[in-house]
Amino acid sequence: MGIDRREFLKSTGKLVLLTSAAALAWDSLIAGRPEAAPNYKLQDHWWGFAIDIEKCIGCGNCVRACKTENDVPLEPYYFRTWVERYHVLGGNIEHPEVDSPDGGYDGFPPRYKPGDGAKNFFVPKLCNHCAHSPCVQVCPVGATFESPDGVVLVDKTYCLGYRYCVQACPYGCRFIDPRTMTVDKCSLCYHRITKGLTTACCETCPTGARRLGDLKNPKDPIHDFLRNNKIQVLKPQMATGAKAYYNGLDGSVR
Amino acid sequence: MRKFLKDEQHFVRMATLFLVGLFLFLIARVFFVPKDFYEYGHFRAGALADNAARPMGFAGREACESCHPDVAEARKGSRHDAIACEACHGALAKHADDPGSLKPTLPDGKKICLVCHRQDVAKPKAFKQVNPQEHMGSEPCNACHKPHHPEMA
Repeated sequence: MGIDRREFLKSTGKLVLLTSAAALAWDSLIAGRPEAAPNYKLQDHWWGFAIDIEKCIGCGNCVRACKTENDVPLEPYYFRTWVERYHVLGGNIEHPEVDSPDGGYDGFPPRYKPGDGAKNFFVPKLCNHCAHSPCVQVCPVGATFESPDGVVLVDKTYCLGYRYCVQACPYGCRFIDPRTMTVDKCSLCYHRITKGLTTACCETCPTGARRLGDLKNPKDPIHDFLRNNKIQVLKPQMATGAKAYYNGLDGSVR
Repeated sequence: MRKFLKDEQHFVRMATLFLVGLFLFLIARVFFVPKDFYEYGHFRAGALADNAARPMGFAGREACESCHPDVAEARKGSRHDAIACEACHGALAKHADDPGSLKPTLPDGKKICLVCHRQDVAKPKAFKQVNPQEHMGSEPCNACHKPHHPEMA
């Protein structure tokens, strides 16, 4: 069974015509995109995040606020941010006991008794907005990227749900949204920070344990935080360029 | 002239097919890759605007205080001064846009305080914590403490 010249030209012509039709449709689709905030200049910002373990009380306000603000599914395994409770007994930092009931959404029911010699503390977690993120490097279609202002974002119209990025993130900060089957993660409330507001989690944090910071703004208090404290990032050995800076981070935290 | 290979024709056909395919791919690529794709890197620049376009849930403290300066004034100097309004009152961007559309509900005077102040060994030592049974029994917190000014007189 062969294909003659006439048939070949016909099918090729069809392909070319259909391709241009799709291109026209795509153009009209992207022409309707909303404009970014008018006074926001990408090159003037480089966002980071300051977390003070010594101030976190594990109330879960950030977890609830994040789910409300960003329409995160309420099931207890989808989180853009969550809080962990560490229980380090006898200085055994290799084997801490960690719990995070519903990510801390309803706070933490009392579990440990005082006086057992253990070290107990809360660790809020979120996307580290790495400057060299492993998740961005593995995306085959350019659906996730480091924005010029230092935020790791997802292009939901491009994401095909391959899940490489979910596996690549060393901090476990990504999940597949069961409604769209595309990836979702902390966007550092990009819709808020581009309008001069802070993130929903920082807005509702009652103790100031979480603070958004613009590293390119010399007047931002994050510089004092970085200067005056002993700062660590999570998994520094992975050289991800993480920009979630922790004060008072214990050696047991992974 | 001696032939380069015995069945040269096969290679010519394959090469022609390959080149035609490559040409079609390049043409299709021009149409399919959005114009703003490489503007900042290997992603669509329009995705920045898409991310920025999300509606807001929390209005932010400034928005609250622009309409309720009396509350802001009353909270000055309080131990709770640094806490933003929506930390307790919830996400109220809708209320800020159109006050009639969403009426904030008053937080429960017994539960809201314990979200933060219930005793737990994992909390920082300097943070005020209570065991609700020992501290107040069945009394609501706001029988003694005003949430906007929690210090006892």
